[in-house]
Amino acid sequence: MTDNDVAVVRPKQRSSGPPPETAAAPAPPAPRKGRGTIRTRERWAALSFMSPWIIGLLAITIGPMVASFYLSFTDYSLGYGEWVGGENYARMFDDPRLANAVKVTAVYTFVSVPLQLGAALLLAIVLDRGLRGMAFYRSVFYLPSLLGGSVAIAIMWRQIFGTEGLVNQLLGLFGIQGEGWVSHPDYALGTLIVLHVWTFGSPMIIFLAGLRQIPVMYYEAAKVDGAGPLRRFWSVTIPLLTPIIFFNLVLQIINSFQSFTQAFIISSGKGGPADSTMFLTLYLYDQGFTQFDMGYASAIAWLLLAIIAIFTALNFLMSKFWVFYGDND
Amino acid sequence: MTETTAPAPTRRRAERGAATGLRRFVFHLLLTVSAMVMIYPLLWMLSASFKPLDEIFTDPGLIPNTWEWSNYSEGWNALPHPFETYIWNSMVIVAGSIVGNLVSCSMAAYAFARLRFPMRGMLFAVMLGTIMLPIHVVIIPQYILFNNLGWVDTFWPLIVPKLLATDAFFVFLMVQFIRGLPRELDEAASIDGCGYWGTYLRIIMPLCMPALATTAIFTFIWTWNDFYSQLIYLRDVDLQTVPLALRLFMDSTGTTNWGALFAMSIVALGPIFGFFLAGQRYLVRGIATTGIK
Repeated sequence: MTDNDVAVVRPKQRSSGPPPETAAAPAPPAPRKGRGTIRTRERWAALSFMSPWIIGLLAITIGPMVASFYLSFTDYSLGYGEWVGGENYARMFDDPRLANAVKVTAVYTFVSVPLQLGAALLLAIVLDRGLRGMAFYRSVFYLPSLLGGSVAIAIMWRQIFGTEGLVNQLLGLFGIQGEGWVSHPDYALGTLIVLHVWTFGSPMIIFLAGLRQIPVMYYEAAKVDGAGPLRRFWSVTIPLLTPIIFFNLVLQIINSFQSFTQAFIISSGKGGPADSTMFLTLYLYDQGFTQFDMGYASAIAWLLLAIIAIFTALNFLMSKFWVFYGDND
Repeated sequence: MTETTAPAPTRRRAERGAATGLRRFVFHLLLTVSAMVMIYPLLWMLSASFKPLDEIFTDPGLIPNTWEWSNYSEGWNALPHPFETYIWNSMVIVAGSIVGNLVSCSMAAYAFARLRFPMRGMLFAVMLGTIMLPIHVVIIPQYILFNNLGWVDTFWPLIVPKLLATDAFFVFLMVQFIRGLPRELDEAASIDGCGYWGTYLRIIMPLCMPALATTAIFTFIWTWNDFYSQLIYLRDVDLQTVPLALRLFMDSTGTTNWGALFAMSIVALGPIFGFFLAGQRYLVRGIATTGIK
């Protein structure tokens, strides 16, 4: 391959010859024997490589999405159902449990995500200083986010924040008599928020990677201009990190609206006490898979999707005002 | 200040040395304390899994006074089946999911990254969109579909979607990775007479090992931890998986026997911890590459 190309390339650029590959790259590899057939062969190959994904997209994702939208206008319940028009959506307005579920989900998301990202950013910045043992700390902080979604951790949380749990034992050392946190309607959601904040490790890793991408020359330039460490942090680190902050924010908001397992385990599947941990997802599960009111559950699913879509869109709209994408290129 | 211009650099360096020394100490102290707070519940649960019940409720320390080894044997046999049944069930689903994701996601990723075909940009956007799609929106019709196929209370609803590359996150991860491989390799292979399948199997796949490892590890952890879809599709007592068994345990007798419940929770977390230790490099890289792009 190279011999011919090099022969062609060399005379043109005598002095510092670029690697011959760059010159060869744009040309199609095979000699022209019917360009059309190569095209079609490539298309057929693409189709065959893509076929599992395409089947999955149609049968497991888009098909069910369309079906779910249709079902939300029926009173479908295992086996039969009739078109009821917008009744399911109208019913939402007279359903205090649903309104409560929206509220609980929103409080959970908008309290836990900022706290979680704040912790992630803080520790990423501390760890980015290249202290000795940094890899060890990173692992320790990251581990909870791997385990956090599991049933075992939710069980642990239930004990830790129980009446005679670890937290109250530790408070007892200071002579404080704690509540039964998970069984108290005012605090149960709080324990879930703490659990969410505890899993700040994966956004922290993303922040760390982002910090490492900031070119050192910006800091050097700022230093030359007389900027102190705090100034450098506010005027170099934070602006250059805003795209990553934005990315984490979008991702975590989407994720936390969909939280299910922890609330389900902590409340034995009931969203209690007094519906205080009744996430929208739990209510959807209750309506769809316990009451088998699948029409209404589908409507709830679309409500959830709409809420997530609205907040994601808002996030993108607001990003114009604070996310810095670099203005010189 | 002004008169000491000559020795200033050295002095400043010395000062800074002391300052960073102190600062470093403070940082280490803060980090150690917060790391301890983060990890304490896990260590405590590990130790509580060896404690007798009364000690679990009274001792916040990490070393059991009396070692209650029977928590493990008791927990292992507390449910209708011995715990290995649930581990086996989980393993079957995990293995199927890993194979499914590795094959189907890498195939789609190769096509997206290397082949030209109509509507590629649009399909790619659709693929990215499905990463964000909540499972809750499609779960009910999926359930109806699998119910009609007679697949509820089998492992198929949990494995077949993976064979169809529905975990688009991994498609994206591998597309990013393949795009970073030099195209000249493909071209060389094609000149040597490799077709698309040959290039995929002999050139791209071997070079994709890090991405494949990341996919396998994440698939393991997510499937092993998965609760929602297993809760929906597996109601048969014989088919319960580890998370479902834990939940069953807790709701039946668990809250009266925390020691045994903790013991089984530790058993459930063990494999994740193992994969975490073995594959940390891949996990971190996976998060970082997909996170940034």
